[in-house]
Amino acid sequence: MSNLNFLLFGIYPYIAIAVLFIGSWIRYDREPYSWKADSSQLLDQKGFRLASNLFHVGIIFVLCGHFVGLLTPHAIYHAFISTANKQLLAMVSGGFFGVLCLIGLVMLLQRRLTNPRVRAVSKTSDIFILILLLVQLLLGLMTIFASMSHLDGSVMVLLGDWAQSIVTLQGVAAAEAMTTVGVIYKLHILVGLTMLLVFPFTRLVHVISVPVKYFARNYQLVRQR
Amino acid sequence: MKIRSQIGMVLNLDKCIGCHTCSITCKNVWTSREGVEYAWFNNVETKPGIGYPKEWENQDKWNGGWIRKSDGNIEPRIGGKYRLLASIFANPNMPEIDDYYEPFDYDYQHLHTSPEVKHQPTARPRSVISGKRMEKIEWGPNWEEILGTEFEKRSKDKNFDNIQKQMYGEFENTFMMYLPRLCEHCLNPACVASCPSGAIYKREEDGIVLIDQEKCRGWRMCISGCPYKKIYYNWKSGKSEKCIFCYPRIEAGMPTVCSETCVGRIRYLGVILYDADRIKEVASTPSDTDLYEKQLEVFLDPNDPAIIAQARKDGIADSVIDAAQKSPVYKLAIDWKLALPLHPEYRTLPMVWYVPSLSPINSAVESGNLATIGKAGVIPDIRSLRIPLKYLANLLTAGDEEPVARALERLLAMRAYKRAENVEGVEDLQVLEDAGLTKKQADQMYRYLAIANYEDRYVIPSGKREMNVPEAYGEKSGCGFTFGNGCSDGESGVNMFGGKKVAKRDVIKTVNVG
Repeated sequence: MSNLNFLLFGIYPYIAIAVLFIGSWIRYDREPYSWKADSSQLLDQKGFRLASNLFHVGIIFVLCGHFVGLLTPHAIYHAFISTANKQLLAMVSGGFFGVLCLIGLVMLLQRRLTNPRVRAVSKTSDIFILILLLVQLLLGLMTIFASMSHLDGSVMVLLGDWAQSIVTLQGVAAAEAMTTVGVIYKLHILVGLTMLLVFPFTRLVHVISVPVKYFARNYQLVRQR
Repeated sequence: MKIRSQIGMVLNLDKCIGCHTCSITCKNVWTSREGVEYAWFNNVETKPGIGYPKEWENQDKWNGGWIRKSDGNIEPRIGGKYRLLASIFANPNMPEIDDYYEPFDYDYQHLHTSPEVKHQPTARPRSVISGKRMEKIEWGPNWEEILGTEFEKRSKDKNFDNIQKQMYGEFENTFMMYLPRLCEHCLNPACVASCPSGAIYKREEDGIVLIDQEKCRGWRMCISGCPYKKIYYNWKSGKSEKCIFCYPRIEAGMPTVCSETCVGRIRYLGVILYDADRIKEVASTPSDTDLYEKQLEVFLDPNDPAIIAQARKDGIADSVIDAAQKSPVYKLAIDWKLALPLHPEYRTLPMVWYVPSLSPINSAVESGNLATIGKAGVIPDIRSLRIPLKYLANLLTAGDEEPVARALERLLAMRAYKRAENVEGVEDLQVLEDAGLTKKQADQMYRYLAIANYEDRYVIPSGKREMNVPEAYGEKSGCGFTFGNGCSDGESGVNMFGGKKVAKRDVIKTVNVG
């Protein structure tokens, strides 16, 4: 195992996760005014509903799929589904929602770059994050084609091993799991980790603010002295 | 019963001259910033017209306010909690900037820098959002000023519902009035209910509805929830902003900027005590036309000893109770029933009320002998006024003409009574009796409506902020009204970088010697 491999898949994940948590914490605590979804819906709504909904529904499903798929221990899902079938499920559902997300994302990126109002109010990070997401999404969709050459789920198991090693603080084992997987998967993971790294510095932080508390509270809020 | 106090506002439309001083002073103070150039916390519309933003009163289009469901409960018209959150990615009920207007400025500098040319140089408009040249300005914050634009467009005004409106497009029958608008600081605010982050709240001590800028995440639901479209999305900061009722001034016992600068003296500010426990029940009243009368029931008589005792128990300061007893808003809205709420059918229980405006007699000349009402025979039939009663009723009482007619009759009766007194030197009590007024009430109405002294218009108890700042010393040379965390000490209790919080100061203990 090369040092570079260890750095990228054994150490970089912890750097990215550390920046994600500490960075988000600092921003939430010190700069609450900057914590927002940063919508530009007010400025242009043509096709926005379709684009934004496609993108968000797609990406939420894809993200949840990644969490469940990568972090569920092999022993647990074997009770329901074989490794090969799990991979097939991941390819089909991930592919479907990935394409939904891609359509929305391309529409949003086109809007952001070409609509004069939206372009004028865009920060560099707004455009950067959309391009990063596009690259990541395309890489992810390309892994579906790469996976067609090994439908037994062997690579998927290795990727699961990597993710589970990372969250159980076994950096060396994690990096080892990655040595044999294809370059497309490696790139996908690296870009993914980079997204965690830049997360606190972009509008992505609004992901954390999913307003679940809304369900629990009364309609009316009155603040006392 | 749980008594809370609210600073309410009444606007006497009968005296509004549409000068826009309120809008301009408000803008200069609060919204002359990037991102809210298009936002007018206070604006004045010429009615009939579709208003700002376009067709804001058309809730079939914007879905603002509350809706009463078949089970008798109310929920925001944009949807219950699940439906609302499902539309969080792209709000289907949100106005676009063009529904307000694209904010613009002019290339004034060109007037200075232009080379010598044959024709006088001009300052052409430029969008302040995109910075690009605007060849033609298509819409503005007050595009319909004094019946601007064709009747065809203006007649989309929702208040024309159930009115044969075609005749009002004719020059001879046309009518107009001004409607200054600001946040209603509702008792049952739909914006608060539709904020997913819980950033919007109503203050207990004065009822002012505010958006916590640090908690707002920019989900934009409040913009749709508010039926008056008085919440604006700041495209620069990504947060929603709204009229703050000039709370720093109110706390200091001063009127809001729009009230202070009103040259027509049409605005009144005063304390109303209300029963907070009854809000939900009243807002759920089955019939739209009953909402006005029901809302009156929520307001409490500040002179009733039982109410005073309960108010004290609920922590309301004596200065506030005292102000409630002298409240011009209580007199206008409850005592004399002159002021009426704006669109009570939205079920938000608004707290900025309006005295409907009188208008010239429409057909006096051709009919020769004017129909009059009452025994005194001097008040013309309210229905012969130029502004249709139904129009005012659609605006102020969900279509019920009775309260509007009563208010207009009383205004006319007070005038006739004072005219008889001053011109003919007789005391015409019959005219007052016809309108259900006493001599004392009419004299007071004259004092408040015609003379309208500053002290009578604004009765605002100071906020006693010193009582609710835990450490007044820590606030010393502290923060004023800022954005960003120029002042914020952060959310958590401890300073995450160590040391003391900035606003926390160690008070030096003083010792009394001898």
